[in-house]
Amino acid sequence: MGYSKDQLLARLKELQIEFSQYEHPVVLTVEAQAKYVGNIGGALSKNLFLKDKKHRYYVVSALADTKVDLKVLSQRLGLGKGGLRMAPEEALGEILQVPLGCVTPFAVVNESARALIFSFVFFEDMSHYCWIKDSKLRSVAFFHPLANDMSISLNDHGLDKFLKSIGRNPSYIDLEANPPVGKDQPPDLAAYVPSDSPVLSDLPEKVPSSQDSAGKSVGAATKTSAFTAKAAKPSVNAQNVKEKSVDSARPSIPAVDAGKFIEELLDRASALLLSEISEDSIKQHGGQLGAEVANNVKKCLREDLKNLTIFKNTSYTKGFYASTRYQPRRL
Amino acid sequence: MEKTEDKNQQQEEEQVVNPWEVSAKDGGKIDYDKLIDKFGCQRLDQSFVDRVQRLTSRPPHVFLRRGVFFAHRDFNDILDAYERGEKFYLYTGRGPSSEALHLGHLIPFMFTKYLQDAFKVPLVIQLTDDEKCMWKNLSVEECQRLARENAKDIIACGFDISKTFIFSDFDYVGGAFYKNMVKVAKCVTYNKVVGIFGFTGEDHIGKVSFPPVQAVPSFPSSFPHLFSGKDNLRCLIPCAIDQDPYFRMTRDVAPRIGYHKPALIESLFFPALQGENGKMSASDPNSAIYVTDSAKDIKYKVNKHAFTGGQESIEKHRQLGANLEIDIPIKYLNFFLEDDAELEHIKKEYGAGRMLTGEVKKRLTEVLTELVERHRRARAAVTDEMVDAFMAVRPLPNMFD
Repeated sequence: MGYSKDQLLARLKELQIEFSQYEHPVVLTVEAQAKYVGNIGGALSKNLFLKDKKHRYYVVSALADTKVDLKVLSQRLGLGKGGLRMAPEEALGEILQVPLGCVTPFAVVNESARALIFSFVFFEDMSHYCWIKDSKLRSVAFFHPLANDMSISLNDHGLDKFLKSIGRNPSYIDLEANPPVGKDQPPDLAAYVPSDSPVLSDLPEKVPSSQDSAGKSVGAATKTSAFTAKAAKPSVNAQNVKEKSVDSARPSIPAVDAGKFIEELLDRASALLLSEISEDSIKQHGGQLGAEVANNVKKCLREDLKNLTIFKNTSYTKGFYASTRYQPRRL
Repeated sequence: MEKTEDKNQQQEEEQVVNPWEVSAKDGGKIDYDKLIDKFGCQRLDQSFVDRVQRLTSRPPHVFLRRGVFFAHRDFNDILDAYERGEKFYLYTGRGPSSEALHLGHLIPFMFTKYLQDAFKVPLVIQLTDDEKCMWKNLSVEECQRLARENAKDIIACGFDISKTFIFSDFDYVGGAFYKNMVKVAKCVTYNKVVGIFGFTGEDHIGKVSFPPVQAVPSFPSSFPHLFSGKDNLRCLIPCAIDQDPYFRMTRDVAPRIGYHKPALIESLFFPALQGENGKMSASDPNSAIYVTDSAKDIKYKVNKHAFTGGQESIEKHRQLGANLEIDIPIKYLNFFLEDDAELEHIKKEYGAGRMLTGEVKKRLTEVLTELVERHRRARAAVTDEMVDAFMAVRPLPNMFD
């Protein structure tokens, strides 16, 4: 489950990050927050939860009075003119695991948030971090610590320290800048957008049951009549998975999760199998359909199975990395 | 006597092939037979391909079947030793002069990966960042950075980390490696190196003393953390044929310092999109397909810039057929289309005029897009830690498994 406010505060104390906390009634907007903590020294932050067309999510944190133009930001990130939208409310709960009105950079501590790609956007121009911070954020700024009934103020060093502790590297840009983006001037923030669409592990997997049963009957490959029966069940998903679109549904290369790797391979195998078996192919090959299908599936899957080397390399690398930090047994 | 002398002189003017320049005689294409003759290496014929298939119990790589790797030195010795149970190791490399790799750069790596898998042997990959620093006048830091970036693309070709050691010259030269460099350097006179590489009085001494750096990875004692005690281990070097001069020099020196001569297996040059006479250059992005190209880019480049052997009009094409000798899509398919039967079919139909250029280009676009996509996905899985692990000076206990 998500981190709670208390767990977050405890963590900040553990990391020896200085902050001040202020309790107040639940607030949903920056204006409401200003009523309670606006007089105390420190800037208010506004935090936007955005999403792009490829299901990548971004949390943009800026000073409350900085103008954030979504169109400009979208272009600078290389997403085109209308690439960024406000994320839907459900995403707030599912991914950031915070209530409405509570978007905050601290939400990245949650596992569900880490699975998706994030950028944090503040305003300062220190280009060796990969966060974007406000140059005006010199002193302290207020954020919600995963709950709307409290605000904590900390300075940019503290925020940096926290983010680094969860493996996020900060970066700084000027949100109000509007550099031209064109053929000769590539989008200046494009480096922060990962090139792959993320694999959305928390989206419900809508695998039709007929696909599962077809997968299981791979063993009984010789009985063509069994296949006819299964193929006759017009499951919409299976029908749509034709030869061409199977390529686009290629499994991503899973770094270390063996279970996920296997599932994706099996899904792909069963999709291929279903696409191979149709009225036409049965007519064409008759009794030889089994051998023909087996050959084609082998051909297509061989390439995917080469991902096994990448899997091996990644595991070796992680082991190697761990060994460089190995602490020899104390005698 | 005089006639042959004249003929030789003409040959000198015709084509130039060395590690820094490759050009055919005016407007023509590279004459590989002449090259083999001039260099003194051997043709790789079908009997070799069959033997490799027999020894490795798997279908030979498409580059072997299509004659992309077409020349060798002592490959038969390697195979003889392999049959007796004596293993060997592979050595290849890259000069990291630019960040953008194109398909031509990947060819030796794709073939080397096949060799590693088929023969189950270890591999060392040299990144000659020092060479590029000297020849291309880049800064040391830039070359080191490019070396790491290129390493990621190389790793994405699918090498097995438990059998592969990647090293950059700036990081690794020293110790046993340097001792071998000095041994080699002592055996090559200044005149000789000028004769092989064409150095002049104006070239700086860095260039003149570089060749041993590329020579010594052929000797197992250069890698004491990998091959200590295995001084007899043979080396096979897959490379493009323009690298031959380095290894001619190495093979000349090897027996004098008590090592096996390294064997070579050499490939053709990958043609530029605009045709054999065109040059693939980093400044013209349309001269090659890069591994960072999108599907859209590939489609555009193949459609608009690939030089074809099709006729000017459909009627003429149906009548005369395509000129397969100069057609670039056919040549590229020759490199990258796995299915022999399909390639034969396309060549036959296109050559007879029954298939149109558009169809051939469409098939090529599919094949290249699939290749580039697969590479990109693999590259995305390569992390900096992985590069560090590949480049760490560590033993490889399972390298022959």
